[in-house]
Amino acid sequence: MRTLIAGVLALFLVLSGCSRLDNSKRLRIITWSDYVPADVAAEFEKETGIHVELTLSNNEEMISKLHATGGAGYDLAQPSQDRITGVQREFGLYRPMDLSQVKLEQFRPEILAITRRIATLDGKLYALPYLWGSEGLVVNSKYTTVSDYGDLCRADLKGKTSMRLRRPTLMAFAFASGKDPFALYDNPKAYEALMEDVGKTLSACKSNVRFFFDNRDQLLNGMRSGEVVAAMMWDTGGWTLNRENPDIRYVVPKSGALGWLDTFALPYKGRNDAGAYRWINFTMRPDIAARITRKVGNWTAARGTEELVDQTMRAQFNASFPGGAFSGINWYPAIPAGLEAQEGRILDRVKAAN
Amino acid sequence: MVDIGDATPVRAWQRRLILILLLAPALLWLFALIVLPHVQLALLSLRERVAPHVYQPSLAQFHTFFAEPLYWQVFVRTALLSIVATALTLLVAFPIAWVITKVARGRASALLFVVCLIPFWVSETVRALGWLILLRESGVLPALLVKLGLTAVPVELLYHDATILTGLVYTSLLFMVVPLVSSLESLDNSLIEAAYDLGASGFATLKNIVIPHAAPGITAGCIVVFMLTLGNYLTPNLLGGKNSQWFTELIYTQFIVRFNWEQGAAFGFLLLGLSTAIVAVGLRLSGQRFVDVMRRS
Repeated sequence: MRTLIAGVLALFLVLSGCSRLDNSKRLRIITWSDYVPADVAAEFEKETGIHVELTLSNNEEMISKLHATGGAGYDLAQPSQDRITGVQREFGLYRPMDLSQVKLEQFRPEILAITRRIATLDGKLYALPYLWGSEGLVVNSKYTTVSDYGDLCRADLKGKTSMRLRRPTLMAFAFASGKDPFALYDNPKAYEALMEDVGKTLSACKSNVRFFFDNRDQLLNGMRSGEVVAAMMWDTGGWTLNRENPDIRYVVPKSGALGWLDTFALPYKGRNDAGAYRWINFTMRPDIAARITRKVGNWTAARGTEELVDQTMRAQFNASFPGGAFSGINWYPAIPAGLEAQEGRILDRVKAAN
Repeated sequence: MVDIGDATPVRAWQRRLILILLLAPALLWLFALIVLPHVQLALLSLRERVAPHVYQPSLAQFHTFFAEPLYWQVFVRTALLSIVATALTLLVAFPIAWVITKVARGRASALLFVVCLIPFWVSETVRALGWLILLRESGVLPALLVKLGLTAVPVELLYHDATILTGLVYTSLLFMVVPLVSSLESLDNSLIEAAYDLGASGFATLKNIVIPHAAPGITAGCIVVFMLTLGNYLTPNLLGGKNSQWFTELIYTQFIVRFNWEQGAAFGFLLLGLSTAIVAVGLRLSGQRFVDVMRRS
């Protein structure tokens, strides 16, 4: 009995010790790798006294972790904008943004408008834009040329291409088949039929795929070694490779690149909203935002950074998108709940195809 | 129980209390970390989402499993490959264990054992990545094959079933060697000599003397290896690549990528049922009793 009492006491002490940690002095962010450069976090701590704690993740894991705790454990999350409203409606993981706390004038208005359109639910905005970019094709022009997603399935590229076994690939091949999957989000029957078709295309294409990549480095290494000569990939990966080897280029496919945008979102049970807003305002300051963009290689949503970012990268971007980002990119709209279960079955079948 | 003597007689209820208190941490651990989560998973697997925040009890998750050929095909495939991997591990581990216990003496035997153990000092991830470096098309082994003139161009050795099996056997070897060593150690050498003296062939000695004696160790090793293999996520995923199709991957995908915890929970229970059933069948076929096997191993 005495040990039991001692144990309970010890537990109580430990718990009360935890809660005495000052929540206003730390900011727990769950985000993508590279998204928070160490020097930026250090400068933020110097300016505000708030210590940034990072957890590195990706969209699915981010949402799964928040789902498991009902939105606790982190003060700021950075999912993509298409993952906000569906998840919010289904699991209620986020809190709406208090726009009076945010310096909205720091954001590029055209990008803020996209996020407003996609991440608003019941009149409340649940996310603010942070970084964005596009996904298209990367090709080693020494060996071959490609102009659209479908070219990855050409007979002469057997065993030499790569893609992710994730929903962007389904979307890309749907666009390549001449359809607009985003327009069919609200029409489950037609959408399912389209996905079935795309699944068949991808299953037939599987022998062309050397491996389905799970992370950026895996693909970069495949491209560097020449094992993969053409792949579906993010623009920055292509530009990174281009700087190392001018033969490797990022190509905007004929049917359009896919536009993604990662956001700031407040987890439902976050404990330091004030700190989160300070962080948002801090990282959107032109000098800091430009530094992040230089470091990460993705474009910031902050305005007034054009002259501050890496000019090579700007030139690469202008070469890939002569008409500007907002003409050649299909932006992901919010994913309705239930859609992913449907797509998941298609992806599982592709994985199992021979 | 310690007999404290006549001076301070320990009453039955006190004795029982002591026993309960001693067992309490283990029972608490079992209950909180194993029973409770499984109860919750069971409840999850038996419901279906009909609208946001609205769930109703249903068998839809299990129905999906049987209705979609892919899922039960992967299920059967995982079971069969796990059985093959277990059998291969036994074939590889038995000679090793034999050499350690019966051929090598003293330090040599200890050294051999350590050699088996050393790969386990690094994590499974690192070992699997090591195989990746060896087997990928631009890797060590394909380059060696080209150099030896066996193949004209480097061949891709990754992403085949054989690669997965190699990786699985490699990762689980130690878990077969340990119980085999302990059961072979207790085998008296004079029994083997007697068998030979009586004119038995090597095979007959193995079949009639060695294997019956080592049976509990073999069974224990097989059970452990089979369960590790069936539940392995990393090795099939890394070495199997686009063709791995391991059932644990489906579970991971449902939970983490699709946010479909109901489906994932149902898959988890199906896997639990499968491993229980196969172990039960294995015990029945080998004529062993689970309790004996666990005690002897």
